[in-house]
Amino acid sequence: MTNKIVFTKEMAKDYTILIPMMCPIHFELVKNVLVNSRYKVELLTNTGPGVVEAGLKYVHNDTCYPALLVIGQMINALQSGNYDLNKTALIITQTGGGCRASNYIYLLRKALKKAGLEQIPVISLNFSGLDSQPGFKLDIKSLRCLLAALVYGDLLMDLSNQCKAYECQKGESMALVDAWVQKLSAEFKNGKGIGRKEMRERLKAITLDFAKIQRQKEKKVKVGIVGEIYIKYSSLGNNNLEDFLNAEGCEIKVPGIMGFMLYCIYNSIEDHKLYGGKWLRLQIVKIAYKYVLGLEKMIIDAIKDNSDFEVPSSFDNLIKEASKVIKIGTKMGEGWLLTGEMMELNAAGFKNIICTQPFGCLPNHIVGKGMIRKIKQLDPTCNIVPIDYDPGASSVNQQNRIKLMLAVAKESLENENEA
Amino acid sequence: MYLGIDIGSTTIKCALLNENKELIYKSYERHNCQVNDAMVKLLTLIKEEFNLENIQMAISGSAGMGLAEAVNLPFIQEVYATRVAAKEYLDNPDCIIELGGEDAKILFLTDGVEVRMNGTCAGGTGAFIDQMAQLLNVDVSELNELSKNHEKLYTIASRCGVFAKSDIQPLINQGARKEDLACSIYHAVANQTISGLAQGRDIAGKVVYLGGPLSFNSELRKAFDESLNLEGIFPENSLYFVALGAALMAIKEKDVNIDHIIKLTKENTGAANYHSLPPLFESEEEYAEFKKRHDKAKVNILNPEIIEGPVYLGIDAGSTTLKVVLINEKQEIVYSHYQSNLGNTLSLVLEDLKELYSKNPNMQIMSSCATGYGEDLIKAAFKVDMGVVETMAHFTAAKKFMPDVDFIIDIGGQDIKCFKIRNGSIDNLFLNEACSSGCGSFLQTFASALNYSIEDFAKLALFAKHPVDLGSRCTVFMNSSVKQAQKDGAGIEDISAGLSISVVKNALYKVIRASAQDLGKNIIVQGGTFYNDAVLRAFEMELNTAVVRPNIAGLMGAYGCALYAMENCDGPSTIINYEELCAFENSVRQVKCGLCNNHCLLTVHSFGNNSRFISGNRCDRPISNKHGSDDLNIYEYKRQLLKDLKPLEGKRGKIGLPMALNMYEMYPFWHRFFTDLGFEVITRFEANMQNFRKAQNSIPSDTICFPAKMVHAAIYSLLDEHVPYIFYPCMTYNIKEENTDNNYNCPVVAYYPEVIEANVKRLEETTFISPMIAINNRKVFVNKMYEALKPYFDDLKLPELIHAASGAYKAYDDHLNKIEEKGREIITRAELMDKEIIVLAGRPYHIDPLINHGIDKLLASYDVAIISEDAVECGFNKDRLEVLNQWSYHSRLYGAAHYIKDKEHMNLVQLVSFGCGIDAITTDEVREILEGHGKIYTQLKIDEITNLGAIKIRFRSLLTALKQKRSKIHDK
Repeated sequence: MTNKIVFTKEMAKDYTILIPMMCPIHFELVKNVLVNSRYKVELLTNTGPGVVEAGLKYVHNDTCYPALLVIGQMINALQSGNYDLNKTALIITQTGGGCRASNYIYLLRKALKKAGLEQIPVISLNFSGLDSQPGFKLDIKSLRCLLAALVYGDLLMDLSNQCKAYECQKGESMALVDAWVQKLSAEFKNGKGIGRKEMRERLKAITLDFAKIQRQKEKKVKVGIVGEIYIKYSSLGNNNLEDFLNAEGCEIKVPGIMGFMLYCIYNSIEDHKLYGGKWLRLQIVKIAYKYVLGLEKMIIDAIKDNSDFEVPSSFDNLIKEASKVIKIGTKMGEGWLLTGEMMELNAAGFKNIICTQPFGCLPNHIVGKGMIRKIKQLDPTCNIVPIDYDPGASSVNQQNRIKLMLAVAKESLENENEA
Repeated sequence: MYLGIDIGSTTIKCALLNENKELIYKSYERHNCQVNDAMVKLLTLIKEEFNLENIQMAISGSAGMGLAEAVNLPFIQEVYATRVAAKEYLDNPDCIIELGGEDAKILFLTDGVEVRMNGTCAGGTGAFIDQMAQLLNVDVSELNELSKNHEKLYTIASRCGVFAKSDIQPLINQGARKEDLACSIYHAVANQTISGLAQGRDIAGKVVYLGGPLSFNSELRKAFDESLNLEGIFPENSLYFVALGAALMAIKEKDVNIDHIIKLTKENTGAANYHSLPPLFESEEEYAEFKKRHDKAKVNILNPEIIEGPVYLGIDAGSTTLKVVLINEKQEIVYSHYQSNLGNTLSLVLEDLKELYSKNPNMQIMSSCATGYGEDLIKAAFKVDMGVVETMAHFTAAKKFMPDVDFIIDIGGQDIKCFKIRNGSIDNLFLNEACSSGCGSFLQTFASALNYSIEDFAKLALFAKHPVDLGSRCTVFMNSSVKQAQKDGAGIEDISAGLSISVVKNALYKVIRASAQDLGKNIIVQGGTFYNDAVLRAFEMELNTAVVRPNIAGLMGAYGCALYAMENCDGPSTIINYEELCAFENSVRQVKCGLCNNHCLLTVHSFGNNSRFISGNRCDRPISNKHGSDDLNIYEYKRQLLKDLKPLEGKRGKIGLPMALNMYEMYPFWHRFFTDLGFEVITRFEANMQNFRKAQNSIPSDTICFPAKMVHAAIYSLLDEHVPYIFYPCMTYNIKEENTDNNYNCPVVAYYPEVIEANVKRLEETTFISPMIAINNRKVFVNKMYEALKPYFDDLKLPELIHAASGAYKAYDDHLNKIEEKGREIITRAELMDKEIIVLAGRPYHIDPLINHGIDKLLASYDVAIISEDAVECGFNKDRLEVLNQWSYHSRLYGAAHYIKDKEHMNLVQLVSFGCGIDAITTDEVREILEGHGKIYTQLKIDEITNLGAIKIRFRSLLTALKQKRSKIHDK
């Protein structure tokens, strides 16, 4: 049995912590928060076949694709020669849910051992108290910064998606995203931009900035993306799905990370309802839930009050939509959230939905593919295509299937325009 | 004029329309993956034939996307194109079924247009039919003719070509009629398409058949008709609908200059922008040196005109090839024959022997030995002296080349076998599980798809400049990877080299999953596939070490057999003599075994010499007439425990519980609970394949595990009983096992009722009750059940429920205790009788004979005692695990592994259902626990497939290895 290498306080001083990439906007902000907390961190941007190769070599091949990619990306980076292997640590998230993802950290440790990199400590980032690491502690201020980073990230992602397909000057919205990421990161350093009032101001400013972008009026095919969280967000995981859809001239909507956070918290409340538990714990969870709901509301208000952009729907609405098709107790992996997001996207006019999942993803058999029939029964015009991602699945096949969905979508758009 | 071009995975089709949308020219040709050439040829022809300079055109087809982009023509998605054409040329069809080279599609046109395509699985498509025809050694049109004369159908796994192959191969080896197989193949295709794509939606009304396979094979259409129970329409130009649709879409497009398109097509080399790997050989010299090194590993092959004196015979009847070897006293080869078995092993051996006898009257066979899939058949037919399990045969041969061999890897037609040798005995073995990517037939299939012989194809690879990186996964995915590479401009050499490399990667990373250090220093590679220098080179490059390839790499099994026969020769050989050979007769008939409810379809060979051979059986009963030792088989006991729980008529009427997934463990609980409440509890044990086929089209995810799919069958069988209520709860949490981090069920077990509710239309016939329930906390349980049942049963009172619950908890505890008790009893008795004890470890539902394919009985027939993972104590410290131990059922696996790790006579065999994502984690951990204590880890991967051949090999190898190991220990 291997001994777990603990990330000590000593290490915190001069180790570089590598973060695997998922959603670029949010993670860039998160990284900067950690830098502000005096950790040396680096966001991994290595892609290409070397990543998959390393994953296949060191991780059980039947394990889900996200594990393969995340671990592959880390090992590929470690083997690149760019890091001092005695001064590098890794960080990985762990949800503690009933799907395989909670085991990623163990798979990572096994992979490191296999690659002869046992000395590398692995930090688990989770909120369930699993696997503690004394060298990695975040103070309240940093935690608030992290939350704020996710809030800003969600708004930036949503607004840029609403602009990208219509912007008159190509690249304008992404440039604006970059500018805001820089600005916010700098402010975090000075402890700014995390208080409620300050956040409201900044969210408003961001919205106004995006509203200034000149946009075409022409109608575009609207495509929503849902799925297993890593594959949904990570371009490495979904073979640059967003770029592909952008090139096809679609407006994209990807539900934000706040939804996932709220989902995780809400599940504790639902668990208490279904299975009982400690009263005190429930109260704490409820406080957290309210707090994060408040954050979500700030995003909604910012858009509603300051622009004519589509207003994202609330978490309450998400629960309502989801429970039309699935029990809210279905909580492993993305659980009912994924089903709810499909319903919500459809209701919001994003009738063309790509449901991304790693090949053989267990929860997705239930909440993704398993629910499509019922959703279509409720609305036959809903156009959902499930796409599997896998090291061997070729992007030609995936694109072909998406093109089929788009062909049907374009036809309905034309019909709509004619009518 | 409007031109539509449809570039599919194997063919290029065109449709040329005049101004009135009338078809004036069409063509259909194989492009052999040379898409650009085919396109240029086609355009040139059209230009000249019709004297055109400009034309309106569009491209469609799964392989057309890249080209369309490169030459800047509109690309029409092919399913969409079909729809466009159907609207124009057909009279309001309801549904279109279109099969292509590698695609299968269903279009629903009424009540909301809906299009379905096959996902990442190419089973049940044209490529699959080609593969199957090849397996039967007929061409595709012959297959159709054969099918017309079928008499009966076999069940062939329809999910994946790979599985179907492993179903068909043994049938061929057992002498099943080609006519019947042909028809069964078509039915498998129809089933695959319907179940895989319809996903709960009924196919009815006017159904149209399109695409190559359906156009060429009338019997395939018939199979669809039968499966759908309707008569489909087969329109004119059924091959050209995609091209027609593209042509119709071209009407909206601008004129383009044909010459310009031809020019652009020619320029479309793709400039090798795919990911490439280093070449296999930099130079001819390097290759020459490589050749020289490998030529050293050899045994003498004499092959004299006349064979005289004592010889030893070895026969390796493999899945696709037959190998026969004769050696002399000096262990030199005097005769060898390597041939494709053409589905007819028996007559090939017969001819070989006849020829040998008649040519060499002075030859004297001293002893003989057979191995491989056909071992038993050959042994029975020709009275061969002995049989040996394949792994031993190979090891025996390998020792001859390298006495201190550490590792043998054998890549054959359909299987990869690897053994690790430690202290002179087989210490561990790896076989490819239900997956044949990375095997010889895989390369063979690609070579012939591209119109090359395998030899020529391999030669192309040697000096390829930029081998394509094709990754290392399933054959099906490989098809699309190859397609992608071609799109990116990879040449045929680069693809050939890339395939060789991916074969190696598959073997190393998928089957063995080990690094070079794990394999050891002295590696022997063998099997027919290693004659291919490209594969051999790729292997050495990947491992970065030199290996030994014997000059008889393809004959090692047979050679090992001959050596084995020589070593174990005592007395004159029993083998059939010349006279008997001449009088040899073989008749085959099929009977359904009625000895148990497996109802195996038995193939009975009767030979002239009054002996007979039965195959197709899952257990020994039809042969030995012995019942096996059921009393030392806990699986049988567990099944009986459940069956003993009878329904009791009650005041509240009937309620149905589906016997599937966790119900196999929870049944005693729920049975008592509902019986106590006055319900008559109805369940159906052991749903059969018929139930399954009926329920199949309600399965929304074709890649989910087989046990989950069987839930649909269980539900259907309850619906057939017309129960007014079905109770099937969602259970996120399971009972808490000792020393675990959490007590989850797996997501599929936990939430499958949700899938049933969303997808089984027939639930309208009953009331489906599926609350979210946990049984950890009794008080909460009672309250929640009250909430759940009250809306349906108004008269229900809380005290009643409390009483029922306490009975249920007790019944459940009793049930688990009984299993543990029985486990202890079996262990004690087996120890007294000095029998091996096998912990056949899986999940509660693995006791279902349809899910486990009767493996428990099969293993029991090898005279071992069988217990299950829940029958041993789980006392272990969770901190010793390297995984998060959060699933209750799975924690028992770790417990069982820890329990047996230091018990000499106990070993563990893990049952793994294909597609079980969680077992990707558990298998690694169980393996590590066992291997850390010097135990052999054996994993049996099971799915819909019914082929037990590979499982027998595994298990026999395990027993042989255990025996060897034990005799070593005692020798010391």
